[in-house]
Amino acid sequence: MTRANKTKGLVAAAIAALVALPVVADENAKLIVNDEIEMITEAPAPDHMENMTIIRSGWTFRTKETQALQMDDFENPGMPAVDAAMDAWNTVEGTAGKACATCHEGPESMKGVRAVYPKWNEAAGEVRTLTMQINDCRTTNMGAEEWKYIAPEMVAMEALISMQSRGMPVNVAIDGPVQATWEQGKELYYTRFGQLELSCANCHEDNYDNLIRADHLSQGHINGFPVYRLKNTRLNAVHDRFRGCIRDTRGETFSVGSPEFVALELYVASRGNGLSVEGPSVRN
Amino acid sequence: MASGVKPRVKAPKTAAAGEAVTLKTLISHTMESGQRKDSSGNTIPRSIINRFTCDFNGQNVIDVTLEPAISTNPYFEFIATVPEAGDFKFTWYDDDGSVYEDVQSVAIA
Repeated sequence: MTRANKTKGLVAAAIAALVALPVVADENAKLIVNDEIEMITEAPAPDHMENMTIIRSGWTFRTKETQALQMDDFENPGMPAVDAAMDAWNTVEGTAGKACATCHEGPESMKGVRAVYPKWNEAAGEVRTLTMQINDCRTTNMGAEEWKYIAPEMVAMEALISMQSRGMPVNVAIDGPVQATWEQGKELYYTRFGQLELSCANCHEDNYDNLIRADHLSQGHINGFPVYRLKNTRLNAVHDRFRGCIRDTRGETFSVGSPEFVALELYVASRGNGLSVEGPSVRN
Repeated sequence: MASGVKPRVKAPKTAAAGEAVTLKTLISHTMESGQRKDSSGNTIPRSIINRFTCDFNGQNVIDVTLEPAISTNPYFEFIATVPEAGDFKFTWYDDDGSVYEDVQSVAIA
C-alpha cells in the first residue's frame, strides 16, 4: 500500500467512526411503568407558553438509577404510602359514618380526576385543588376532620388518586371562570421573590437542564406530583415544593393552601398540559 | 405495636427448572430503633422486624437477622435457584411477636 492510499484509508475509517458515533443520549429514554403504562415525557408546549417550544417531564432530567425507580411500582418507594391510603380509602370516619369507598366505590372511579385539577367548582364559586376537594369531601360529606394541607395522609391519598390517571395527559382548563386565577398564577410565576430576586421562570424556563449545585434543573412541571423525593424520603405535595422553592430564593413564602399557591398551582399545571400524569413519581 | 405493616413480594410466576430467579421483598414497617426519644424525653421503645426468612418447599433459602440500625421499610433482593415447581414462603418476625407471611407459587415453564 502506498502512503497516499494508506492515508485515504485512515480518513475513510475516521469518517466512518464519526458517522457511527452520534451518542445515544439519556434524553431519549422512554418512561414505561411496569412494562405497560407508556408515559408522554416530551410534548409540544401548550399555546399559552410564549417562551418555550418543547415541554419535558422532570423524569427526563434525572439519572438512570432514579429513572429506573419509577419504572417499576415495586421499586417505587412512594408505593407503601399508596397502600396506606388504600386502607384510609376504606376506613369509615366522621359523623356521617362514611368512608371514601361508600360513595366512590373503588379508587378506580377516580380515573382522570388528577389530570384536570385544579379546576373550577361551580357550587363553591372557587378554583379547587385536589387537596381542597378531598377536604371538602371529608368535612361536607363524611362529617370528618379536615386533613392538614400537606399532611402525610393527605399526600398519600392524592398519590392514590393520581395513580388512577397515570399515563393520561394533563389537561387543565385555563379559560372561562378560572381565567382570572390563572392570570394571577402567571403573574406570580414571573415575579421575582426573595433576596436572590428569582422568579420561577429564572430557573425553570431560562435555565432548565443547567446545573443547580449538583442537580439538573427541571422545567418545573407538576405532572409527577405527589413526588417521592430521595432527599427527604417521603411523598411531597405541590405546595410543599413551591414553598421550598421560594424559601430557596431567601424570600418569605406564602403558606401552603393559600390562594396565591392555588393560583400558581393552576398556572404551573397548565404549563404541563400534554405530559402524562406520573404521580407518584420519583425524583431526587 | 407497629401499625400499617404490609409485606410485599415480587417473584416470577414461572421459571425454567434449575433457573436462578430474582426475588424482591419489602415490608412496610417503622423499624423504631429504641435509641430515639420523644418530645418529652422518654425513650421510644424498640419495635423492629428482627428476622426474615424465605423457604422453598420447606427448604430454607435465606435466614436473616435484622438489627436496629436498619431503616424503615426493609427491602431484600436475592437470587434463588428453582429446581422444581413449588411455593416460596416468606416470613417476617416482629419484635411484638407478630409474624407476617406471604407465599408465592412458581410453576415450571
